[in-house]
Amino acid sequence: MGLIRVDWRASFDLTGRVLLYLAGPLSFPLFLAMLYGESTLPFLAAIGATLVLGGLLRGLPGDPGDLGPREAFLAVASIWLLVAVVGSIPFAVAATGTLAHPINAVFESMSGLTTTGATVLEDFSVHGRSILMWRQLIQWLGGLGILVLATAILSELGVGGAQLMDTETQSKNVSKLTPRISETARLIWGLYLGLTALAAVVYYTLHLTGLAPQMDLYNAVAHAFTSVATAGFSPEPASVGAFAPIVQWAVVPFMIAGSTSFVLMYFALKGDPMRLLKNEEFHFYLGSIAVFAAVVAGALFIDPTVGFGGEATIRHAVFNVASMVTTTGYASTDFDLWSSAAKHMLFLCMFLGGMVGSTTCSIKSLRWLVALKAFKRNLFTSVHPEAVRPVRLSGKPIEEEAIRDIYAYLLLSIIIFTLLTVFIVVDSARVGANVSEFEAMGAAASTFLNIGPAFGDAGPYGTYNGFPMTTKTAMILLMWIGRIEIIPVLVLFTAAFWRS
Amino acid sequence: MHVVVVGAGEVGTSIAANLAADHNVVVIDIDPDRAEQLKYELDVMTLAGDGASLATLEDAEVGAADMFIASTDDDRTNLVACGTAKTVGDPFTIARTKSVEYLRTWELTESAFGVDFMVCSDLLSAESIVDVVGLPAAVDVDPFAGGLVQMAEFEIDADSPVAGQTVAEADRFESLTFAGLFRDGEIILPRGDTAIETGDRAVVIGSPESVQAFANDLAPEETPDEADEIVIIGGSEIGYQTARLLEKRGLSPRLIEQDHDRARWLAEELPGTLVMEHDATDTDFLAREHVDESDFVVATLDSDERNLLASVLAKRLGTDRVVAVVDNGEYVTLFEEIGIDVAVNPRQVTAEEIIRFTYGGVAENIAVLENDQAEVLELQLTEDSELVGCSIEEAAAGIDTNLVFGAITRDRELITPRGDTELAAGDHIVVFVESSFVEALASMA
Repeated sequence: MGLIRVDWRASFDLTGRVLLYLAGPLSFPLFLAMLYGESTLPFLAAIGATLVLGGLLRGLPGDPGDLGPREAFLAVASIWLLVAVVGSIPFAVAATGTLAHPINAVFESMSGLTTTGATVLEDFSVHGRSILMWRQLIQWLGGLGILVLATAILSELGVGGAQLMDTETQSKNVSKLTPRISETARLIWGLYLGLTALAAVVYYTLHLTGLAPQMDLYNAVAHAFTSVATAGFSPEPASVGAFAPIVQWAVVPFMIAGSTSFVLMYFALKGDPMRLLKNEEFHFYLGSIAVFAAVVAGALFIDPTVGFGGEATIRHAVFNVASMVTTTGYASTDFDLWSSAAKHMLFLCMFLGGMVGSTTCSIKSLRWLVALKAFKRNLFTSVHPEAVRPVRLSGKPIEEEAIRDIYAYLLLSIIIFTLLTVFIVVDSARVGANVSEFEAMGAAASTFLNIGPAFGDAGPYGTYNGFPMTTKTAMILLMWIGRIEIIPVLVLFTAAFWRS
Repeated sequence: MHVVVVGAGEVGTSIAANLAADHNVVVIDIDPDRAEQLKYELDVMTLAGDGASLATLEDAEVGAADMFIASTDDDRTNLVACGTAKTVGDPFTIARTKSVEYLRTWELTESAFGVDFMVCSDLLSAESIVDVVGLPAAVDVDPFAGGLVQMAEFEIDADSPVAGQTVAEADRFESLTFAGLFRDGEIILPRGDTAIETGDRAVVIGSPESVQAFANDLAPEETPDEADEIVIIGGSEIGYQTARLLEKRGLSPRLIEQDHDRARWLAEELPGTLVMEHDATDTDFLAREHVDESDFVVATLDSDERNLLASVLAKRLGTDRVVAVVDNGEYVTLFEEIGIDVAVNPRQVTAEEIIRFTYGGVAENIAVLENDQAEVLELQLTEDSELVGCSIEEAAAGIDTNLVFGAITRDRELITPRGDTELAAGDHIVVFVESSFVEALASMA
């Protein structure tokens, strides 16, 4: 091991284990491929690759030690990277449409695993149904992975805000990470599975009752996978806009539930709903959806070019704002055609995010809430310099260190977003593509904050395929970094992580 | 009654002096000189020795004692002494502690450490400060059920908004019971339609919060409300408890504490208090924070000297009323002579509480009202009490006297008694009753 002080063997052992597990879910699209008479090769190749890679990582020489904080950072980063790479194998082997290019295949897979929902597909009809279902399923797996990460691992590692989550116990003993992951996963797993099943049943019931002819069993399952995961892929090019209005209304609560703290929902199911209902972050999260939906609805009402009519205006405003705030990334209509005012409101929504401890992405309401409270406190202490005012969240005081972490995270997010925006503009100019600044900002926010659709060519009914390969590669990396809360990846690039 | 008092300091001496006339009192002190001296000051037996040692307690005949009071300055000595006394005999044990922590532990079972009643001097001092600050209009205030319940007696002035109202109009608080009225030396049991007249004395029992709100209705001028400024100087345990109790009564005090970590801790524990981290004896700071315009300043610093300095500063700046904690009993009059409005001495407060508890030889929490015409007393219902299982209506009907159930606490929660509230074993009941009936009532519990 020499100078390296990280027990990378332990990290890769865990990564290997996850890759071995991945063979299980891969057999679902394999089964579909056999059912629909499509090529089984893409999935067989992926299963083979994941088993071999997983086995190799587990069989590395040396004895894996315990997972400490550093090993956990390395494991998280490598799991999200390698699963995305393995997940791209079915796309690359099937090689249909735009997925034939390996960068596109990895983009689609990373977009899926990080529950982003940005797509490079152009003509959906050239892809097999099993391939499109794998696209849905990998999002569902990404949602599950992030739940375990958010509820069990990040809170233990004290990464930006997650340690403030209202959990039952919060041990400081990181070496006990593995039992804690399995314990939390066990609790959260059931809830996630239950919500997904409920979504599928609700969607399919709408079909059976004749209210949603398009929502057949395939679509019901496909959308159940990506609504609770707040992920946003759809086998339909027109996203949820392809379905009846009642389906769009039915999807909204599942997106909102997917972005609500699973820990608090778990307590609510155990008979303690007050913890959720009295949670300030929950109020802030629902409040931000309500306020933005009202403003967007207002902007649509006064826009003569849209002309939805009463119910549709409210529906599209609520649906698309909820989709953005929860970071799902579905669309009920092509909002790229909306007025500039409405589009800019949706752009702002991208930065909000749902609650900590859910499948949501982006900055998250907890961080905004704490930052706003801390800022308000600072205004007070500038008048009364001697006042000692802890910032409180649902009545509980927050450590000053956690507030500094949150400030740093916000700043870091804004900086990375700005850099990616500039990169997209410059890179597009290099190849002579015409990308406006707003479109570049939208695409940067939408990928880095893991939302999905943006504006212009990357709009909800559009595709990211038009971006240069270099831009797409940068987006792949930033989806990865953004999804696992930046820090676990960035620390890998510090010397102190590996040495001291 | 055979009473053993451990500790012949200010508290122990004061208690012994009070009990000596009617009871057979033995005082134990570790200092032989002090024990010898006390023998001549008071008509009591004294014993030199360690109050926590079995041999000493056997010498003091604790086995035959009815009451055992551990009142030294050391919490642990007092707790061990009570525990030891319980091994020798079965006296009713009273322990004085300073730490609120021990009190909270004791409250869980109300028998921990072999203590039957615990008097916490820090909490008690804070309570009496809060009474002075929060209820200046009250003639008498006493805590019951570990502070969950409060009894207060008010005199109705002519200019009180309550004068002329009926009891139903005046008592608009959920957890307040209008227990009794004294008019021209007579007890009147208040009914909803009883009119309250000028010169009446009203006794109310309820949560500290509701008593505070009632006082605000009754004497809005004197009683502080949210708009009034209360500044606590010093984040000692007494300062912290004072702020906490004021918060509970709906007031938002300011608390000044110099130590950085302590200030942060206080700010976290006291969401309704504005904690400021600064030296409270810095006049510039006090002026900048407009301490001169505050209605009350409470000095709860760690030493008498600093409290004196802070109080004098506050007075000179022009604060209306200043309350100071004075640890040394001899300084109390000194403080009051130089213009401090109220000096609270923790030892004196503790001694008074213990004496109140031993009043009349029954070990019960009692407040005596109006020349012993009536009393408010707290009783804990035992398993075989004849009141267990009765509703308040049935219990009151079965007793042929003037009696009002003021409050009930069950598992450390306050229950406001209604006609159909059923009494259970283990309940603490706080009752307003004619003095002549106290013994009969005590036997029913």
